[in-house]
Amino acid sequence: MFFLKISRINKLFKAFSMAFWLFGAAHTMAVIEIAPLSSAELEARYRLLIEELRCPKCQNQNLSDSDSPIAADLREQIRVLLEDGKSDEEVVAYLVDRYGDFVRYRPAVQTNTLVLWFAPAAFVVLALIAVLLVVRGHQRAKNRTMALSLEEQRRLDSLLSSPSKSGDEHL
Amino acid sequence: MKNLKLFIPFILFAVLAVLLLKGLGRDPSVLPSALIDRPMPAFSLPDLHDPERQLTQDIFKGHVSLLNVWATWCPSCRVEHPFFMALAEKGVRIVGMDYKDQDPLALEWLDKLGNPYAQIFVDREGALGIDLGVFGAPETYLIDHTGTIRAKHVGVVDETVWKELGALYRQLVKESEGR
Repeated sequence: MFFLKISRINKLFKAFSMAFWLFGAAHTMAVIEIAPLSSAELEARYRLLIEELRCPKCQNQNLSDSDSPIAADLREQIRVLLEDGKSDEEVVAYLVDRYGDFVRYRPAVQTNTLVLWFAPAAFVVLALIAVLLVVRGHQRAKNRTMALSLEEQRRLDSLLSSPSKSGDEHL
Repeated sequence: MKNLKLFIPFILFAVLAVLLLKGLGRDPSVLPSALIDRPMPAFSLPDLHDPERQLTQDIFKGHVSLLNVWATWCPSCRVEHPFFMALAEKGVRIVGMDYKDQDPLALEWLDKLGNPYAQIFVDREGALGIDLGVFGAPETYLIDHTGTIRAKHVGVVDETVWKELGALYRQLVKESEGR
């Protein structure tokens, strides 16, 4: 019953996404703009910027996907800034100045984001060190058990050559 | 030594658990304002009651004020309105910013519900809103007598919020009188 429901929902979802796809790239068409920017180059930069900047109101949507009024205002403001000849960095700085680092989906490398940027690499290095230590530990343990002292070797040889005569009778 | 090693996973788990627990208690919708301790952005916007007259950032000089961003289309603004009436009665100076609204509707609202604002300016396009980092209404800023933004609250201001904001307000008033 439960599985049946899930598969039905799945099918519905697939049908919906298919429909969206058929009606023309749902994702890129999420926002209908009034007029394109004056040049294709500006338009391309604008598209990229609204993908990378986050809507301050809606927590987890970028400016491109959000329908909230503030996202529309900010998109308009970015268009104005771009037409004014501002660089991408200046546009981002303009928004960070007013809304804080929160609006960047790609955080800047600065003191309070060092952990964010470098912790993953640090964890990989730590993991490699741990693996190395474990492997080396195993090898050392193996070497230790393999090496028999002279006395042990002699005893082993005598045991192997005359199984029935020695002390331990298992059968 | 060997025993200590056994505890490493447990210690890692404990550290992670504490970090995640801290994260659980945070309200993700609370954003630190980028404008704290910065001067009120420059503006020149019409007075709601006298559109010919332009108000500027200078209206914040000389007194500690609250700047309340509100609009008639904002239901939470209606919720906090009585609280602002009470604050105004106690002598708190509240400046209103009518945000992306229509003047007649705003005037009607004030007529009906009362006017807690010492002064109101109109930001029809939301241009000052962007300079202030406003992303909705209501938002309330605490501005000191030099015109510097000292605190910001997003959402309804009520008894609970005022406990903290009011303490800071009284401290700022004291500071301004000390000079």
